[in-house]
Amino acid sequence: MFNKKFFQAIALAIVFYAIVQGLIYGEVLNDYYVDTLVLLGINIILAVSLNLINGFTGQFSIGHAGFMSIGAYVSAILTVYFDLPFLVAILGGCLAAALAGLIIGLPTLRLKGDYLAIATLGFGEIIRIVWLNTEYVGGASGLNGISKYTNWTWAFFLTLVTIVVIQNIVKSTHGRAMIAVRENEIAAESMGVNVTRYKVYAFVIGAFFAGMAGALSAHYFYIIQPTSFNFMKSFEILVFVVLGGLGSTTGVVLGTILLTLLFTFLQDWPELRMIIYSLILVLTMIFRPKGLLGSVDLNKLLKKKTQPAAEKGVSS
Amino acid sequence: MEYVVQQLINGISIGSIYALIALGYTMVYGIMKLINFAHGDVFMVGAFVGYFAAKAGLGLILSLVLAMIVCALLGVIIERVAYKPLRNASRIVILITAIGVSFLLENLGIFTLGAQAKGFPDIVNKQQYHLFGGVEIDSVQVIVLVTTVVLMLLLQYIVHYTKIGKAMRAVSYDLEAARLMGINVDTTISATFFIGSALAGAAGVVFAIMYPSVDPLMGIIPGLKAFVAAVLGGIGIIPGALVGGLVLGIVETGVQSFEGMSLWRDGVAFGILILILIFKPSGLFGKNVREKV
Amino acid sequence: MKLSKKLIAVTAALTMTLGMVGCSKSGSNGDTIKIGANFEMTGDVAAFGNSQLQGIELAVEEINKDGGILGKKLEVIKADNASKADESTRMASKLITQDDVDVLLGATTSTNTLAAVPVAMDKKVPMLTASATNPAVTVNDKTGKVNDYIFRACFIDPFQGTVMAKFATDKLNAKTAVIYTDVASDYSKGLQKFFKQSFTEQGGEILAEESFQTKDTDFKAVLTRIKSLNPDVIYVPGYYQEVGKIVKQARELGITVPMMGGDGWDAPQLVEIAGADALNNTFISNHYSPEDPDAKVKNFVDAYKAKYNVVPDAMAVLGYDGMYMVADAIKRAGEVDHEKIKDALANTTAFEGVTGKIALDKEHNPVKAAVILEYKDGKQVFKDKIQP
Repeated sequence: MFNKKFFQAIALAIVFYAIVQGLIYGEVLNDYYVDTLVLLGINIILAVSLNLINGFTGQFSIGHAGFMSIGAYVSAILTVYFDLPFLVAILGGCLAAALAGLIIGLPTLRLKGDYLAIATLGFGEIIRIVWLNTEYVGGASGLNGISKYTNWTWAFFLTLVTIVVIQNIVKSTHGRAMIAVRENEIAAESMGVNVTRYKVYAFVIGAFFAGMAGALSAHYFYIIQPTSFNFMKSFEILVFVVLGGLGSTTGVVLGTILLTLLFTFLQDWPELRMIIYSLILVLTMIFRPKGLLGSVDLNKLLKKKTQPAAEKGVSS
Repeated sequence: MEYVVQQLINGISIGSIYALIALGYTMVYGIMKLINFAHGDVFMVGAFVGYFAAKAGLGLILSLVLAMIVCALLGVIIERVAYKPLRNASRIVILITAIGVSFLLENLGIFTLGAQAKGFPDIVNKQQYHLFGGVEIDSVQVIVLVTTVVLMLLLQYIVHYTKIGKAMRAVSYDLEAARLMGINVDTTISATFFIGSALAGAAGVVFAIMYPSVDPLMGIIPGLKAFVAAVLGGIGIIPGALVGGLVLGIVETGVQSFEGMSLWRDGVAFGILILILIFKPSGLFGKNVREKV
Repeated sequence: MKLSKKLIAVTAALTMTLGMVGCSKSGSNGDTIKIGANFEMTGDVAAFGNSQLQGIELAVEEINKDGGILGKKLEVIKADNASKADESTRMASKLITQDDVDVLLGATTSTNTLAAVPVAMDKKVPMLTASATNPAVTVNDKTGKVNDYIFRACFIDPFQGTVMAKFATDKLNAKTAVIYTDVASDYSKGLQKFFKQSFTEQGGEILAEESFQTKDTDFKAVLTRIKSLNPDVIYVPGYYQEVGKIVKQARELGITVPMMGGDGWDAPQLVEIAGADALNNTFISNHYSPEDPDAKVKNFVDAYKAKYNVVPDAMAVLGYDGMYMVADAIKRAGEVDHEKIKDALANTTAFEGVTGKIALDKEHNPVKAAVILEYKDGKQVFKDKIQP
């Protein structure tokens, strides 16, 4: 893992960081750009973490916004009500989200394909409804007065950490195990891969980073409310992943950047923007379903796997 | 006692709408294993067609028929353009496409019709029936329930006693084998969408009569609830959609009838969904059957 | 490793894009007065955001036809916050830093407005919201200090809730009430809180407080429960899309007692959704009565109908008055300067809007009269006027 190429890449990343930071100090890049960059970072973390669950482990999860919301709320509670330092709050958010990942990953182990998707959607909504009904965090009006701790530095380095960690997991034996689970669970199990354990790992780790994104987001945009974390948000994240190419971290990063920038550029035509967004989605799926950099031949593999899985729904 | 009866009526009333929408969902899932997220938005289009028809003075029956036809065609167009090319693609890709179509319809709606809700004109001569002791029911609620049951029976008949129905069942068992048997799979699938979407259109008009406002985002929540209903009853099973819808409606109403519990209504609906998926994913009426290997 | 090559590509792409975007920064402020409008143009509450924008644009059109302010025309720069708090922050930032606006308007909901407040305060740009009712918008609830640059053009909740409670006890002789609140709305919750406070202070009893959420369609389960409690009045401080259905379903269930609400009811669609019959015996507190024969009101309603083909709702009139209030402040400031405009706004003592005479108190909230309207056969009929 720690070979020369790795360090080269890291060095390049730090140079990029420094350039941008310099531009910010020099006031060449104003607030709006910083906003966009931070948003990019948050979206990348969300997409890459979801990719671990959906792309690499093949678990069809569409409740990711739920994990994000846990990270956001818990970290916000820690800073607003308990005055804890930002790093502690982020960690608290991540761990709480990871715990949720565990709680959700376990019962859904037996589900596959569409059924898993629906179950995760349901869980995501239930989490949102819990926040909606909790007056301690403001209920429907949301939690406001969150201090703006997140800045370019935090966003950049946490995004970098996320990408590095997840890439390393993927390239390791654990990653191979996850891919094996995605390809064919029965074969994987018979090869000695503990399918249950890896599915749960995927959820827990994915949730951990989603929580991180949530914490960053809450401390940049001053206020969080349950509607920010509804199934629309989960779909947004899913689109980043699918567009970039399931199972390809770089593809996902690129896809996220493109979509976020597109959303930002089309600012002047709001309704048209949403129409274009959905059209892109549909057209990409029809003409290039592997995504921009889909590095895995997903269609054939997933098709063979999901057809029998669809009839069942419970592993017998 | 009257309280319980009234709540039961309320539950069945909302449940029959869920059931009507669920019928379309379940049909399409049954044949294509696709969760057609755009179904809720076809429902919305139906409501708007009904709105314009009613405003033009077309009356109940004509508005309903017009909405059903428009939606049926819309459903087929969506299927041909967006889903057919992906028939061999992975599940996740089709699901995303369905979501994309859903967003597209919603935002086209906002773009062309504006986001503001519009009131649906009064086209049904509503009669209020006072049952015993303050329990109220009105003719619209009765019409909705009757319509749903009739359509369900009609659907059952089509699926089990007609040639096209047989083709639908065959395709849902095994697409390739059906094709080998000489069944025109494309036509069959399109027919399924045609019927399912027509039902969504009907549901849209009926919904708009009962809750007289229409707006481009109105299909999201009923669509989701109907989906839960379909899964509850056993996705792919037509009577299951009816039962699932009614059960969901009654449970939701039941939850809200207790003090302070009204906000948990959606939570309970999703909770049921998850419990069913974990413990009996084939739903109330489903059987663990037909392993295609 | 492919990663480093990709990373280079990504870095290059990003830098180039940022560079391109940088070139599109807007020019100087010479000949127009830039009004930034941060509103919900798409998303959940697009209906409200668009209504307000329409009111604002009508006002701008009229002002420009009259020659503008201080010899300059007004230019509205719109930014869609997609009904999301984080977008609201970003858009406020964009309007201020990219588009160099002189004044910021928006947003519609309290949450989205609160998300923009820190930006306006930080950059010292005056900001006016015409519909966010959460007190925390103008007064920082952590420090208790007034947010210097933030102003409001609508009632805050204490007033409306109190007004209706008094009306219920004094004029409707109500001893018991049930409050049915939209808990997804700050506005609704605010009205509920103060109605309850005032009602109980006057000896009334709140039998129950029930909740619904924006976008709900079926309310019969809870209404059946409310019916069984037999209250003298039911207070439903929500928005017209849900209220219309609530009132209709309540009447269908045989609930005949008076029902009351706030300005969120005010929209032409309310009558379409509920039906004129159901609305009989309902009362609302409002800023003004669209049926008021006063010339100012009539001109506004006619102009709005002419431009948009629909009768204005409460959001539209608030947007309109808010814009005029800002224009008035700019005129008094004498100069298009952030500080001067802010000071002029703070000194608003006698602004005559469509919704009556508005004066801002020291917390930047308006002090204005409310009217109570009754629905008779689908029309709003003036019932009473309450001074603060």
